[in-house]
Amino acid sequence: MNTHTTTGQQHPIGLYLKIWGLLFVLSAMSYLVDYFHVQGYLRWGLILVFMLLKAGLIVAVFMHMAWERLALVYAILLPPLCLLVLVGLMAAEADHTFLTRLLFFR
Amino acid sequence: MNPNTATLTGSAVAASGWRGLVADWSSDRQAFHVSWGKAMMWIFLLSDIFIFSCFLTGYMTVRVSTTAAWPNPSEVFALHVGGADVPLLLIAIMTFVLISSSGTMAMAVNFAYRGDRVNAATLMLVTATFGELFVGMQAFEWSKLILEEGVRPWGNPMGAAQFGAAFFMITGFHGLHVSAGVVLLFAVAFKLIRGDYDKAGNYQVVEIVGLYWHFVDLVWVFIFALFYLW
Repeated sequence: MNTHTTTGQQHPIGLYLKIWGLLFVLSAMSYLVDYFHVQGYLRWGLILVFMLLKAGLIVAVFMHMAWERLALVYAILLPPLCLLVLVGLMAAEADHTFLTRLLFFR
Repeated sequence: MNPNTATLTGSAVAASGWRGLVADWSSDRQAFHVSWGKAMMWIFLLSDIFIFSCFLTGYMTVRVSTTAAWPNPSEVFALHVGGADVPLLLIAIMTFVLISSSGTMAMAVNFAYRGDRVNAATLMLVTATFGELFVGMQAFEWSKLILEEGVRPWGNPMGAAQFGAAFFMITGFHGLHVSAGVVLLFAVAFKLIRGDYDKAGNYQVVEIVGLYWHFVDLVWVFIFALFYLW
């Protein structure tokens, strides 16, 4: 049924080792953000950047998304974007709850 | 090649009822040009993305809306080593263990596709061992938090009461995923070494298990950043 051009993912071992090393470095750097008590927007920015870089490397290389057909890539990667709407709604809702609690517990 | 479409087009009358339902769902239509196993694993993972995202969004909501101070994870998860508190030490080790398991899994997939089933199975067993190590450290972390720090789902001595509920729910569900992955890895490694996939000439099961395992690592990346470091 399947032609083996699209199923068998064959990439050199060296590539996986490089990504492994990169993930180690990125994890170490995000740990150092906490270790050196970086605070404020710099902290959150760094944490998010390292998180997204690590997630991207894992999905693209380890999970072979970089070599999959575009139809599958979009089918899997686009729907989670809806979650950003949920996060936005819940952030607004949580802020509202926080403010009403401040009024009530004052 | 495809008897289903032949009968469907041959006889104009499509089967109805349960027979029709089965015929429709099993008829050979393909949107993604990958094997059904891989497509189904990806769709399962997509649903899992939504589950974990709902947990993390719920955690964000309670953390933003609480008026009590959120316990500082850097201090809560510190380990006492050599007379000093090292922040998040156990969590950092757990992160490195899980990333290493992802690395060995990726190499196992590579060896499996080359037909080198001894190396592939060995690397899968190494991956499973890393996974067990991770779950073991998580069990240690949980018992330390419950027995020594007195953290409960409904409250804790350090601050906001919602901390325990969010922590146990999110890391517990992730730990369950790791445990299930370990079982899956052992099962597939056993079948691999027995030569089941050799006979079929198809090693893709290893890649599909790999997808699941990398996903478990992926979820940990988000938990590590958003729960432990935030």
